[in-house]
Amino acid sequence: MSLLAVDGITVRYGRLSALRGVSLTMAPGEILFVTGPNGAGKSTLLKAIAGVVPPVEGKITFAGKTNGADGPEVIARRGFSMVPEGRNVFASLSIEENLRVGAGMRTDKAEAARDLESVYEEFPMLAERRHMAAGMLSGGQQQMLVIGRALMAAPELMAIDEPSLGLAPKIIDQVYEILLRLREKRSLTLLIVEQSSTRAEMTGGRMILLRGGEVVLEGDARVLAKDESMRQAYFGFGDH
Amino acid sequence: MQAFLQLIFDALALGSLYALGALGIALIFGVMRLVNFAHGDYMAFCVFALLWPSIDAGAIVFLGNLPFYVLIPLVLAIGALLSVLSEILIFRRFRNANPATMMIASFALGFVIRHFLLMLYSSRPKSISLWSELSLPVEILGARIPLLQVITIIVTIAILLALTAFLKRTRFGLEMRAAAENFTMARMLGVQANRVILLAFAISGMLAAAIGLILATFSGTADIQMGANIMLIAFIATVIGGLGNLTGAVAAGFMIGALSTVFQAWLPHDARVFRDAFVYGSVILVLLIRPQGLFASKSAKQRV
Repeated sequence: MSLLAVDGITVRYGRLSALRGVSLTMAPGEILFVTGPNGAGKSTLLKAIAGVVPPVEGKITFAGKTNGADGPEVIARRGFSMVPEGRNVFASLSIEENLRVGAGMRTDKAEAARDLESVYEEFPMLAERRHMAAGMLSGGQQQMLVIGRALMAAPELMAIDEPSLGLAPKIIDQVYEILLRLREKRSLTLLIVEQSSTRAEMTGGRMILLRGGEVVLEGDARVLAKDESMRQAYFGFGDH
Repeated sequence: MQAFLQLIFDALALGSLYALGALGIALIFGVMRLVNFAHGDYMAFCVFALLWPSIDAGAIVFLGNLPFYVLIPLVLAIGALLSVLSEILIFRRFRNANPATMMIASFALGFVIRHFLLMLYSSRPKSISLWSELSLPVEILGARIPLLQVITIIVTIAILLALTAFLKRTRFGLEMRAAAENFTMARMLGVQANRVILLAFAISGMLAAAIGLILATFSGTADIQMGANIMLIAFIATVIGGLGNLTGAVAAGFMIGALSTVFQAWLPHDARVFRDAFVYGSVILVLLIRPQGLFASKSAKQRV
């Protein structure tokens, strides 16, 4: 039984279609990378799953329920947690308030309080600055905060849009190390969007390649990365 | 010294009204990028709710006869209800429209409310005497200050403190601040959009009702246009304060109140009739220097 099933969705912005007939499935506990060049529709795919931009065709099923016209707040409550592109911390809220917004929809208050402590354990630098405005954090720290905030929702599936964007390589390593550890610890299902396939290759897992709004390749990240067809598919033409 | 003290109280009382108005507009703008130009008409509506509908010059008091501890919550509830209804019936349908469309819709709603009042009450201002004993002066450090000014300032401070506590200490307040900063992100974290927006409208409507009550007590008249001037200045205050920034809106409201009072007192006698021109001129000056407002917030940028 798949946790997430995207079935032939098409998303349009006006007359422009950003996604055309995209399908994918994810089993619980799986890690899936979505890669592709700029404008391939990667972020749109995540937004469609999150319920921010509803598809005009096809359907999305998450945690046994069809998304339909459900808004992002409904889908979030089913266990989908999103870390969108550009991090999106609530800059004027303190770090702790950011984390508490993440836990706002939970009814298990005691459990949520324990999770807050465990997020602080995971990210000690957040604990030290818990009353500081989130806007004051550096890019890497903000990335940690939004991952922590997404965790506070106790999600089944966490989707992350370009976690390495604009971060120093050392920080990227740290972010991935944390993500993989969390995946082990909480049996998280991870859907990660990255422009390049380098990380997918290092981490392992399944990968799909989007280009021009369509899935052009799908398979094991490490196998695909060695494949010559991968590079051709990525750029949409043969080697020079 | 006494004149100076009088000036300070004038400035604070006027600033209070502008600050409350600006707060009501900024709250709604924060959660849905709507500048609600019907806000001033909510004020008039709440005041007219105190009177029986009639087109005679003499007003027949209706709710106005109730004791204050019933009347005030009732009028606040009317304001909240009117505001919430306008969200459910009108603004909800424009949720994903661009801000200009929403703003025009709010103009239209303002017209509808004004003409509804016109139909029931006619355009003649009506005299309404609410708590006339409040216009008696009290002596503070030798200066004679109208009791109503003192009460206005105290009530405003109490409202600001209560609202700050609500926004900082409660879960709904936290959700509202998060939603004001980044609405889509807040929804993706499970914050319920409709609930937050309804709450913002309810609070905004209560603020409009409070201003209406204060205005009616000050002027002793109910006038269909009574909210228009405050609405305009309050809107300007939200722009100067940095759209979407609540603290900025309140601060700018007090600043315009102070400026207005100072011009009134210190301008040469012949120039006093042009007081508002001086106030608006200063506003233009401020915006030329800081187009993003004095206290621009990060959330003022456009959302995707």
